[in-house]
Amino acid sequence: MRGANEIHEVLLQTFGSEAVTGANLEAIDPWIEVAPGSIVEVCTFLRDDERFLFDHLNNLCGADYLQPDPKKAKKFEHKPHVEVVYHLTSYTHKHRITLKVMLPRWADDIEGEIPACPSVTKVWAAADWHEREAYDLVGIKFFGHPNLRRILCPEDWEGHPLRKDYEFPLEYHGIRGK
Amino acid sequence: MTTELQDPRIVEYDVRTDEMLVNMGPQHPSTHGVLRLLLRTDGEIVHEITPHLGYLHRCAEKIGENLATPQWIPYTDRMDYLAGMNMNLGLSLAVEKLVGQEVSDKARVIRVIIGELGRIASHLVGMGAYGLDLGTFSPFLWAFREREIILDLFEEVCGARLTYSYITPGGVTHDLPASIHLPPGLASLTGQPADTTVSWTDALLQFLNWLEPRITEYHTLLTRNQIFIKRTAGLGVMSAEMAKSYGCTGPVLRGSGVDWDLRRDGEEIYTRMYEGYDFDVPVAPFDAAPPEAVLGDNWCRFFVRMMEVVQSIRLVRQAIDKYPTAEGAYREGFKLATKLPVDECYLETECPRGQMGFYLVGDGSSEPFRARAKSSCFCNLSVTAPLSEGFLLADIPAIVGSLDVVMGEIDR
Repeated sequence: MRGANEIHEVLLQTFGSEAVTGANLEAIDPWIEVAPGSIVEVCTFLRDDERFLFDHLNNLCGADYLQPDPKKAKKFEHKPHVEVVYHLTSYTHKHRITLKVMLPRWADDIEGEIPACPSVTKVWAAADWHEREAYDLVGIKFFGHPNLRRILCPEDWEGHPLRKDYEFPLEYHGIRGK
Repeated sequence: MTTELQDPRIVEYDVRTDEMLVNMGPQHPSTHGVLRLLLRTDGEIVHEITPHLGYLHRCAEKIGENLATPQWIPYTDRMDYLAGMNMNLGLSLAVEKLVGQEVSDKARVIRVIIGELGRIASHLVGMGAYGLDLGTFSPFLWAFREREIILDLFEEVCGARLTYSYITPGGVTHDLPASIHLPPGLASLTGQPADTTVSWTDALLQFLNWLEPRITEYHTLLTRNQIFIKRTAGLGVMSAEMAKSYGCTGPVLRGSGVDWDLRRDGEEIYTRMYEGYDFDVPVAPFDAAPPEAVLGDNWCRFFVRMMEVVQSIRLVRQAIDKYPTAEGAYREGFKLATKLPVDECYLETECPRGQMGFYLVGDGSSEPFRARAKSSCFCNLSVTAPLSEGFLLADIPAIVGSLDVVMGEIDR
């Protein structure tokens, strides 16, 4: 069983500070921030290295950090961005870690152009459906994904519902919205 | 000189059939809800499976972001609607982990009783419905007869039979009732007058005493039935590596021989509930397995569930013993307006179908900024295609059924 501090240290030594860009080791679930370009290598390392053996991807999800409510926006500490969160567990060592990849809300600052992150489907097969869900609901592209289609919403749905600035459609195939 | 018949091209031409796309579902009894499997078949052989989900998508996560966490509890009931209590527990523990609240011993004991009863009820449906998938009707009726009594007991506790919202952050909504009318099903099965008044825990004990010997009957009826063994053993074989890679959890994972149960190996806030309890984690392979069974096949997954029922009965019995002396209030204050800290947490609990996870991000208000429900069946279902491609059409229900999925939890 290894703590988050040790995992963070080893990752920093192995991949350098360009790849391991930050961490919050004081959080309830300590997390380590990884640069988008390095996430596949970091995940492969964490899965295969004898010290860590993170063979279970518990959860992969996106989160949209934008506070649309002006009253709450003053207190909101995060800059607008989108996160991909990876929760990992090792069956052998029984330890856990959270990884995060920070992405801009829109690629190249063009509204409507969803950002992209490398896919970890080759590391854990479980990522396949989770990434499809993150694409569908949060609007994050995963390049290298074998089959990036919507999974919960219909294929002709517009927009990504878990984006904070998502607007509910007024009409869908003759069904009225609110 | 070769004859024409031995020419492989001619033979191939002779037996070739057209491929056909068949929709299995979304309204199909053995897809356990509204799952649509698009099958590409060549005669009886299924070459490709494409699962289509989302027919039961109710935007649970979006709703969760607009509600205080205790208000989201009723929505979790409707995720895995066959184990609503366990869903409640998962979210409640995640909220308690985020705000750093401890519940009393008494609340923990009640949660163990209720959670394990929920597991028994859920596995009974799993067993009965699996029998239905394979074409036998009796186990389903037997299982529902037993489950009915559990639902009656749940109704006495919280008033609801399916969507309980009983376990909430801070404890549970009501204490176990001191005196109830014996559930009518239990009264008639044990030959007592219908208006017998007992305490809730006594009624539960009577039920367990009645249920325990029935498990042997299920094994005679289903587990050791030659037809059942032929349909399940050696089919849908999943290796431990595959189960881990696809993120399978719960009985599906343990059926492949991975010794992992969050009640024992989980996070401290969850394992503390089961501290001081004596229970085993059933993991395949089993000594009792028929010779045809292979590690990780349908039969093993099914048998893990049956063995878990026995362990749950053990746990409930121990919890009933602890209940009278457990200290503290069944519920400690958790206000709707409780502010969630600017932090985040992820917690998984061992639900009957696998590890259900809740990921909550707090932003200083009472509503979570991001509320994520990670479903266990979602991952378990994702192995359907790799597991059943190349098999006969009739084996598809046997394989999907052995994963025991509930679409409400997958689609959320």
